[in-house]
Amino acid sequence: MSVVDAPARSEAPEEQVRDRADVRRQVRLVVVFALAAAMVLLFRLTTDSFSVTYLLEAQRSADSQPRSLDGSLVNWVALVLALAGVVLAALNRVPRGGLGLLLYVLVGLSFYVAFMAWAFADQGEGFQASISNPIPGTISIATPLVLGALAGVVCERAGVINIAIEGQFLAGAFSASLFASIALSSLAFIPLWLCAPFGLLGGALAGMLVSAILGLFALRYQVNQVVLGVVIVAFATGLTGFLLGQIPSESTGRLNNPDPLEPLAVPVLSDIPVIGQALFEQTILVYLTYAAVVVVALLLFQTRWGLRVRAVGEHPKAADTVGIKVNRLRWQAVLFGGLLAGLGGAYYTVGSSGAFDKEMSAGTGFIALAAVIMGRWHPVWAALAAVFFGFMRNLGTQLSLVDRIPGDLIGALPYLATVIVVAGFVGRVRPPAADGEPFVKA
Amino acid sequence: MELEIRGLTRRFGSFTANDGIDLTIRPGEIHCLLGENGAGKSTLMNMLYGLLDPSEGEILVDGEPVAFASPADAIAAGIGMVHQHFMLVPPFTVAENVMLGRERTRGLGVLDRKAASRLVRELSERYRLAVDPEALVEDLPVGVQQRVEIIKALANEAKVLILDEPTAVLTPQEIDELMGIMRELRAQGTSIIFITHKLREVRAVGDRISVIRRGKVVGTAEPTASEAELAEMMVGRSVQLVVDKAAAAVGEPVLEARNVTVIDPRGHQVVKDVSFVARAGEVLGIAGVQGNGQTELIKSLLGLVRPDAGEIWLDGRDISRHGPRQSLEDGIGYVPEDRSHDGYVGSFSVRENLVLDLFRSERFASGPALRLGAIEANARQRIEEFDIRTETMETPVSALSGGNQQKVVVAREFSRPLKVLIASQPTRGVDVGSIEFIHKRIVEERDKGTAVIIVSTELDEVFALSDRIAVMYDGRIVGTATPDIPREEIGLMMAGATDTDQAGATGATGAGTHGTGGGAA
Repeated sequence: MSVVDAPARSEAPEEQVRDRADVRRQVRLVVVFALAAAMVLLFRLTTDSFSVTYLLEAQRSADSQPRSLDGSLVNWVALVLALAGVVLAALNRVPRGGLGLLLYVLVGLSFYVAFMAWAFADQGEGFQASISNPIPGTISIATPLVLGALAGVVCERAGVINIAIEGQFLAGAFSASLFASIALSSLAFIPLWLCAPFGLLGGALAGMLVSAILGLFALRYQVNQVVLGVVIVAFATGLTGFLLGQIPSESTGRLNNPDPLEPLAVPVLSDIPVIGQALFEQTILVYLTYAAVVVVALLLFQTRWGLRVRAVGEHPKAADTVGIKVNRLRWQAVLFGGLLAGLGGAYYTVGSSGAFDKEMSAGTGFIALAAVIMGRWHPVWAALAAVFFGFMRNLGTQLSLVDRIPGDLIGALPYLATVIVVAGFVGRVRPPAADGEPFVKA
Repeated sequence: MELEIRGLTRRFGSFTANDGIDLTIRPGEIHCLLGENGAGKSTLMNMLYGLLDPSEGEILVDGEPVAFASPADAIAAGIGMVHQHFMLVPPFTVAENVMLGRERTRGLGVLDRKAASRLVRELSERYRLAVDPEALVEDLPVGVQQRVEIIKALANEAKVLILDEPTAVLTPQEIDELMGIMRELRAQGTSIIFITHKLREVRAVGDRISVIRRGKVVGTAEPTASEAELAEMMVGRSVQLVVDKAAAAVGEPVLEARNVTVIDPRGHQVVKDVSFVARAGEVLGIAGVQGNGQTELIKSLLGLVRPDAGEIWLDGRDISRHGPRQSLEDGIGYVPEDRSHDGYVGSFSVRENLVLDLFRSERFASGPALRLGAIEANARQRIEEFDIRTETMETPVSALSGGNQQKVVVAREFSRPLKVLIASQPTRGVDVGSIEFIHKRIVEERDKGTAVIIVSTELDEVFALSDRIAVMYDGRIVGTATPDIPREEIGLMMAGATDTDQAGATGATGAGTHGTGGGAA
């Protein structure tokens, strides 16, 4: 007898140990909902008078006067929704998919309103600050962030880490201002309405130029891409600062004084109440940003180019063995990323205020990078993460009107959230497998 | 299509990997390329596939000389290759992987996914290669991934298909299946270059056999040649194919695993309720196809991962919570499955690598300082004893051949008194001469009274060394047997067949694995 023993399979032992991912999800949801409920309760307990006013616009004006909000009711609604969430999570009955999403959105929204009601309550006598519409501020902060995040996604999907987004922003901002100003001072050749868009071209070119430096050292000379990115940021910061200083004061008007882009109202859409004006009476750059999200998503997932770019970022050797030129594709992706980030940079000058100032992007390039990671290297999710960061920053600004809570602290929260996301709290975060690895042919 | 290679030579610096190789692949034949690891088979194929430029010589397709600057040229000439390490993008679907590099579009560069799926379906029907075009490659078992690779080559209308060590990752049943596929392809006119170092396989499927040794074609053989003849051609001297060993003097249980369960970071149970006993003076072989939990089981025995459930006992002590350092001090010797990953430090010298897990001992250290004299003496002695072929003891281990690297690891692990020796894939990527040597040392260790656990995906190795064989499938030990069990039965167990499965309606083929006697039915 050759067979010694063969243990019979125990009765379906898989069921004995519950799937860890499921346990983790339940614990996570209970904690989050309970935290929300506790905070809403805290809001109620620390509020004396619930009289709050709100505005549907970003600012007070003649035809938009503050209206009053029943803070107490809002608080009750938020509490009930959060508690419902706790109960569902405790029973592990939180639905997945659309219905679950609806629950998160409802709890999130009601929490936000309850939080605002608390923050703006109890202002005492005198001038009463109102809660205002967060969308315009969010869009304005998020536009460059979204473009920067898309740039990061495109580069990293191809397997090139792009830490230099901040550098591309600065170069793009400077160059956009320069191009638009020069155009403005040569009206003989360029019609006035084309001057600011001409600045966008300058921004895009400068972004691509910075990308070319990244590509040259990362792809041609295989320099460590993280170190390289940091160095490029330092270089771009120094160079734009230096060039700004080189503009003699008598030429400032000619070289650094662009007309900003004009807002264009989209017929019909811009008449939608509350959100219409904020979303659809914007500059061409904002519309380009909307389009870029869709275009990048389609490019990456529906086209031949995108399939190859992703293959090159995941498994360059496999791509090579089917005859794809790995480094050529990486070059294309890096340059395209530079174009997007350069446009993002242009927002800081021709897209908003006008003239370039030293280090005016103020670290937002790194925030775009955080959005790439939080968005899990997916263009749409990364864009949403960028919008979320923009929203939180705007919230910080709004809260600086009242002294309940330091606005800067709120502004710092999203980055804490990013670290938590990266640490794997919200599912597994998996970067492209060959991200940052140079490809060398055998 | 006829493929001819004339005087193909490839040098890497002063080293000649291929030296004037002549070969002709006739249309519709299965041409086996037999050679040891490092003989130069892969170099030759990489030149054929445009991944490497030849230093000299030429490649002719139907009599016309061709030059392949890149794989794209080779593909265009009708050459397809299934690499040993699959060239598939894991998060892509089967269809995406097949179309990659030759995508059909619906204008504007938009992918025509339907056409790609249709193509995969067509090919999978025509060549009987069952695979779902919409499945993600990372979810597929290795055998199916290999089919995807073959389909990928066929989609490029390959006339000559190169299979580089295709059987290394397969179960015996999957190997049979692959051979069926190869015959089917041949019947439909595709020539196949089948690269392997397994004698059994070339004899089973080959039409002609070319043997490569040290970069040269040393001869051709018919599939009717005996295994001993082929082995002699391959190695260059007569080879002993069986391991000499006396009957085991089995002693007390030394290492015991009790209901060990390990969950990987992704939350999957990779080791499920595994129990076994390793006894002194006995070799316990753990057979199984790669990726069925052996790696994780071994890691948990050594303390590299903590078991999520169950216990591990060594000499009557529970060591489940011990880390690797304690386990090593307890007397567990460990030869890891991937030596370059956790067996040695490549840039360190042979001398240093020989004391990597011993440098803390009194013998090699006094306080924080190393006793360099003792370390050097140890190196001299081990190099001599284990016949490690190295220029000097200061040569970095990464510069040695695979066989000698493995000998460094084995020498180090054997240089302390052991209670248990755990050797995972002890001879992977090692030349035949070194295999013989390492096997001999393992048997000697057993005869000294050490409990030995061998994990190997090479069934021949398990059979040669083991006194008892446990088979792992899907994280479980599905059966334990003595080495006189027929290969086919072990093969079935490796594919997951157990009593319960066979009691079902699968129509048992008489290869039962019953504990009490049903197996003889």
